Amino acid sequence: MADLTTTFAGIRSPNPFWLASAPPTDKEYNVRRAFEAGWGGVVWKTLGAEGPPVVNVNGPRYGAIYGPDRRLMGLNNIELITDRPLEVNLEEMTRVKADYPDRALIASIMVPCEEDAWRAILPRVAETGADGIELNFGCPHGMSERGMGSAVGQVPEYIEMVTRWCKRYYDRPVIVKLTPNITDIRGPAQAARNGGADAVSLINTINSITSVDLDSLSPEPSIDGKGSHGGYCGPAVKPIALSMVSDIARAEGTRGMPISGIGGITTWRDAAEFLVLGCGSVQVCTAAMTYGFRVVEEMKAGLSAWMDEKGYASVAEVTGRAVPNVTDWQYLNLNYVTKARIDEDLCIKCGRCYAACEDTSHQAIAMSADRRFEVIDAECVACNLCVDVCPVEDCITMTRLAPGEVDARTGKVVTADYANWTSHPNNPAVTATAAE
Amino acid sequence: MADRARGGIAAARLSPQEAEAGFADLHPPLDRRAAAVAADRCYFCYDAPCIAACPTGIDIPLFIRQIAGGRPEEAAKTIFDQNILGGICARVCPTEDLCEGACVREEAEGKPVEIGLLQRHATDSLMAAPQHPYRRAPDSGKRIAVVGAGPAGLACAHRLALHGHAITLYETRHKPGGLNEFGIAAYKATGGFAQAEVDWITAIGGITLETGRRLGADLTLEALRDSFDAVFLGLGLEGVNALTAEGAELEGVADAVGFIAELRQAEDLTALPVGRDVVVIGGGMTAIDAAVQARLLGARSVTIAYRRGRARMGASRYEQDLATSRGVRILCNLRPVAVHGTDAATEIELARTVETGAGLVDTGEHLRLPADQVFKAIGQRLVLEGGPAQRGGRIAADAHGRTSIEGVWAGGDCVSAGDDLTVWAAAQGRDAAEDIHASLMRAEAQPTGARIAEAARGIAAAPRGAMTALDRRQT
Ligand SMILES: Cc1cc2nc3c(=O)[nH]c(=O)nc-3n(C[C@H](O)[C@H](O)[C@H](O)COP(=O)(O)OP(=O)(O)OC[C@H]3O[C@@H](n4cnc5c(N)ncnc54)[C@H](O)[C@@H]3O)c2cc1C
Ligand SMILES: Cc1cc2nc3c(=O)[nH]c(=O)nc-3n(C[C@H](O)[C@H](O)[C@H](O)COP(=O)(O)O)c2cc1C
Ligand code: SF4
Repeated sequence: MADLTTTFAGIRSPNPFWLASAPPTDKEYNVRRAFEAGWGGVVWKTLGAEGPPVVNVNGPRYGAIYGPDRRLMGLNNIELITDRPLEVNLEEMTRVKADYPDRALIASIMVPCEEDAWRAILPRVAETGADGIELNFGCPHGMSERGMGSAVGQVPEYIEMVTRWCKRYYDRPVIVKLTPNITDIRGPAQAARNGGADAVSLINTINSITSVDLDSLSPEPSIDGKGSHGGYCGPAVKPIALSMVSDIARAEGTRGMPISGIGGITTWRDAAEFLVLGCGSVQVCTAAMTYGFRVVEEMKAGLSAWMDEKGYASVAEVTGRAVPNVTDWQYLNLNYVTKARIDEDLCIKCGRCYAACEDTSHQAIAMSADRRFEVIDAECVACNLCVDVCPVEDCITMTRLAPGEVDARTGKVVTADYANWTSHPNNPAVTATAAE
Repeated sequence: MADRARGGIAAARLSPQEAEAGFADLHPPLDRRAAAVAADRCYFCYDAPCIAACPTGIDIPLFIRQIAGGRPEEAAKTIFDQNILGGICARVCPTEDLCEGACVREEAEGKPVEIGLLQRHATDSLMAAPQHPYRRAPDSGKRIAVVGAGPAGLACAHRLALHGHAITLYETRHKPGGLNEFGIAAYKATGGFAQAEVDWITAIGGITLETGRRLGADLTLEALRDSFDAVFLGLGLEGVNALTAEGAELEGVADAVGFIAELRQAEDLTALPVGRDVVVIGGGMTAIDAAVQARLLGARSVTIAYRRGRARMGASRYEQDLATSRGVRILCNLRPVAVHGTDAATEIELARTVETGAGLVDTGEHLRLPADQVFKAIGQRLVLEGGPAQRGGRIAADAHGRTSIEGVWAGGDCVSAGDDLTVWAAAQGRDAAEDIHASLMRAEAQPTGARIAEAARGIAAAPRGAMTALDRRQT
């Protein structure tokens, strides 16, 4: 059995699966049950400043995007930070941490962008015994209108400034949670590091309107006929999150900084992908909200089985394994030539590859009168669309042409040498250099 | 009191509750959610094989996509545009031999997209809407006589009305619907569907139904040709083949179609008499339906005796399995030689047969089964004196539905082309209507997308199988 014990930015937990700051972690009752169910840690639902708590809407706060059979693919919310008094949350956190000393308990915090506000709350959080804090610079709705959440996360200078205050008034690990509602994630991540952050976590939710009711013409979720953009999460956002995580793992200024990966994690496989792209722990929200706390069982068992299979002894060994394979387009090997191959025995003759290639790609699939489908090598650019639309797994595959073979499309002999765009004759930069 | 054990032909073998349960909808309709799940399984195939397998050429992937998009009414329009009898077809088509048999998911996993049930979901939703979805074109001034108000006649009349013609629909029976009303198994068209469908179809207007009017009795083809611009014959097959076995005249020996018609018209199924031991002679859909319904009425034993091997049975494998699952025994390679009994049948004697190069021959072995009721389901035949030329006992019609007589078209079971199925009758009625319209109005023939007729009508095939990349490269 692989060891799932995780030390993330100095915070220990029995496994890398944490519940993200959200309704599942909004109170003692939930968190105790989550720990009983086996979660390695929780990031408590975001705390606000002392005084009257925020209020939530009293109508629906979620919208959804469905896949087949009403499978929840994306969830959107207009919920704010915790609407329970600060004292109540702090008391509950203290009790829970005392009862579950081996689990990670992180306090998520969002208070106004003023030094006094942070100086006031941090000592009180420290008293709970929490293992660290997470700064919520990500919430894209409601709070951002008040100058908090993503309004801070979108301005690197603010991130750096607030992180610095936290490091000054709090002596345990500080994790900065980043918003994806930004053009280049590396800026905010660098700012967090400059401010002294011990780690970053991402992604928070993405600005979104999930749907519009075509009778009332109100965006969903609809509050009395009006809607507001909310934060999008769930399986649909995973690709965006993976890409941002890998950006931070690769960037010179942030390389090596611990990353807690968040965004659409539903199965062990999703979690493993975040880990190999550079994460030291992962956080889950929508999957728990969809299926309940028990999903962590599958995640733990699956991850550990995969690690055993691959011979990885610890989570730390897995972290970042795939990062060296993430590169820029310009370094991709242009001498890697593949062609689509259709397995006639597996083919069920639906013709989707044909329609896709004929109508929207390279007219590289021939269809006979008796519905046999064949790739025309002279036209196939190996785009992979046929593979993607084929309903039968492994029916269409991409096969590499061996060095020495002729690519029927270009007429050129395939070579074993690596060559990329930086040296390609069509690259104007190459010509310019050559001319110099 | 219900009594299953009483010998002879008797009523009330079942309680009303048992009868009701047995004759309930064979395939209950999909609700909205089940339809969405079923629709989602469709791959939206290119040049989909299911379309080619539908005699009326319904654009199946399109209508399924419309259901998936939450618009079953639009899906129904896609269906009705090709086949105005899409409602009954959704219930009675042997889809396992047609669209669902061709579905790529049948090949892939033995579980086709449930096209029939999806079609029913769509058509039910539009037929429940207050308005008939089609509008009759302005009156053309042309009058057409349609003889026979079965599927062929109804499809023809509706399409002609759509083009603005005035139709008189003559029907010899007291009710329209043809075999939809008198033949189809009760559990396939429950809740008075056949009559509701006729009312719905004729709601387009321009169709005058006259029941109790018979070609060959009070109507003659000559008179119809004189007083109408065109005549369409959708006569079906009224006659039944005779059983050439000794004792065939005994009481208790009856036509399967007659029994089914009586059953379909019965107000109270428990009042309908049925034998205790029933033997059905035949191997087609009619034999299956008679046998299953006899069982459902409470017959203690029901046996289908078919003279050839199982593989030769006209009924599909699905139908055969349906029968056996209802407790019907299917015996093959048995030919009836005699019905025994003093006044009424008590036993049937069957000769075992074997298929040889020279045809079917008796092995000499005989077998007797208890039988107080024997149903003949050995084929129907056309009843028509004179009229157009025939081929193989049915009216010879070309792919347009044209017969040997100028101005007389025909379609459905009464013509030699096609299979004896509701959907074929619907296709042939529609295509004949298009041809009648084109010839009366001297208009261009319009494509209907049907697998039959189109080529003969000089219409280029639908865009299916358009030029492939290979063809193009060769030109
Ligand atoms: C028992 C049974 C079960 C069947 N089950 C199925 C099934 O499950 N699925 C399927 O697809 N098909 C089934 N069929 C076949 C299907 O019912 C027929 O193919 C279809 O009804 C043919 O339609 P039609 O309009 O040609 O003929 P019909 O439905 O027979 O209609 C002909 C009409 O013309 C009338 N008529 C006849 N002669 C005259 C005349 N001289 N003057 C005026 N009117 C006249 C008749 O009264 C009748 O109303 C079944 C058939 C039978 C007998
Ligand atoms: C393979 C592929 C290539 C694309 N290339 C371009 C492009 O070159 N320029 C562009 O503006 N958008 C491009 N797009 C984006 C599309 O125009 C479109 O904005 C996007 O796919 C979202 O629309 P859809 O998901 O509804 O199809 C591309 C999309 C795909 C899938
Ligand atoms: S063959 Fe099956 S999967 Fe393909 S379009 Fe038809 S119903 Fe859909």
